[in-house]
Amino acid sequence: MKNLISMRDLSKDEILNLMDIAGKIETGKIIPDLQRKLAALLFFEPSTRTMFSFDTAMKRMNGDTIIMSGTKNTSAKKGETFADTLQTIAQYSDIIIMRSPIEGAARYASEVVDVPVVNAGDGANQHPTQALLDLYSIIKTQGTLENLKIGLAGDLRFGRTVHSLAQAMALFNVEFKFFSPSFLQMPQYIKDDLSTKNIKFEELKDIEGNIDDLDILYVTRIQKERFASPEDYEKVKGSYILNKSMLDGVKTNMKVMHPLPRVDEIATDVDDTEYAYYFPQAKNGVFTRQAIISILLGEV
Amino acid sequence: MEQVKQIKVNAIKNGTVIDHITAGRVQKVLEIVNLDSPETVMIGMNLHSNKIGKKDIIKIENKVLSQDEVNSIALIAPKATLIIIKDFEVVSKDYLELPEKISNLIVCPNPKCITNEEIINSEFRLTEDTPPQVRCSYCEKKYPIEEVKIKK
Ligand SMILES: [Zn+2]
Repeated sequence: MKNLISMRDLSKDEILNLMDIAGKIETGKIIPDLQRKLAALLFFEPSTRTMFSFDTAMKRMNGDTIIMSGTKNTSAKKGETFADTLQTIAQYSDIIIMRSPIEGAARYASEVVDVPVVNAGDGANQHPTQALLDLYSIIKTQGTLENLKIGLAGDLRFGRTVHSLAQAMALFNVEFKFFSPSFLQMPQYIKDDLSTKNIKFEELKDIEGNIDDLDILYVTRIQKERFASPEDYEKVKGSYILNKSMLDGVKTNMKVMHPLPRVDEIATDVDDTEYAYYFPQAKNGVFTRQAIISILLGEV
Repeated sequence: MEQVKQIKVNAIKNGTVIDHITAGRVQKVLEIVNLDSPETVMIGMNLHSNKIGKKDIIKIENKVLSQDEVNSIALIAPKATLIIIKDFEVVSKDYLELPEKISNLIVCPNPKCITNEEIINSEFRLTEDTPPQVRCSYCEKKYPIEEVKIKK
C-alpha cells in the first residue's frame, strides 16, 4: 500500500491486515516510533475532529505535524498551481494527509508527489479512514466482520459515511437494515452494488421495534434543511431518534455507533448504557490512523 | 442491397470508412476526426441499415485514424464498424470496442471533480458493457456513456 485514497483500492486481505495492526497498536504489541517524522495535514476545508484525530495519531507515535488549514489553496492568490503547492509541501514532510471539497483531489495529489498521501475526505466522494475506523470498531466489538446484521439509520441518501460503510461491509457476509425517510433512502447504485454481491438488505421506516436482531446500529444525523418544511421534519424525526427505551430486548453484543458530532439523533440517556459505542469509536479512529500512517511509512 | 453496399464501400481508393454510426451522430464523429489535409470526405446520413435501423456513414480518402480517434468514435458511436480500404479493396473491417481505460477523451460531468478544477488529463474506466457505463478515476462517479462529453 503506497497511498490510502479510496476504499475501492483495498482488498479484503489488506483491510484485515490493517485491522490486525490497529489492534496490535492499541494493545501495545506494536509500538511504532515515528520520531523525526512529519505529517503535513492539508485541510482545504475545515474538519476539526478529523484533523485532531490525525494530529493525535502522529503525536502518539512520537511524530509531529505541520498544518495548513482553511482555504482551498493557500497559494491560490499568487497563482501557484495546486500541483506546485503539493510538490513544495512534499519537500517538507514524510506523508501528506489531505482533506478537500474537490472530489478526486487526493488521487491527483498522490500522482503529483512522491511521499504517501492519505485521503482525509474529498467532497462527497471518499473518506477511507472513517470507513476503516468503523470497520475496526465493528471487528473489535463483534470479534469478526462476517455474518453480522447491521442497521444504518438517518440520512442514507447523502451520507458519505454510510455509503462507504455499506460498500466496505459488502466485502464480508453481512445483512443490512436501512432506516430512513423515503426521500433519504440509500441510493440505487449502492443497492445495485449490494444486490450484485448477494447482500441482503431491508428498507424500513422506524428504528423502534426493528433492532432486536442487530449486531450494530449505526446512527447518522438527518439535517433539517433536507426537508421541504420544518413541519415535515418534525413529523418524521422521532422515527430516527434513538433513546434508551428502544434498546429493551436488543442483543447483548449490540453496539450503537455514530460518526460524531451528534445533535439529537441519539438521546443522551443512551450514553451510559452498555450499547453506546460512539466515544470509543472516536478513540478507535486514532489507532486506525496510527496503523494507516505506520503502514504507509513502512514502520510496521 | 448487396450491390448498393459494394458501391458505397468501394467508392474511395484508399482511406477509411466508418459505417453503422448511430444515426444523427455523424457530425460528432467528424468533430473527432483530425482532418489536417483537404481530403475527400463523403457523408451519408439516415441511411437504411438492416443491422441498426437507421445509420450514418463517413468515408475519408487517404486517412488512417489514430487509436485516440478510434476510441473517441467508439464512445459516441458504439455500434460503428471501421473499414480500411486499399486500392478499392476492403483490407480490414473491425467493430469498434470501448477501451477499458479511456484517457483524456471525456470531460467529467461532475462539476466538483478535480479534472474540472485543474488542468489535468481525465481518466475513465469502463465498468459495464451493456449499456456502457464509465467511472471517473478521480471523483469515482459513474456515468452512462451518453451523459459524458467528448473533450475537444
Ligand atoms: Zn470526475
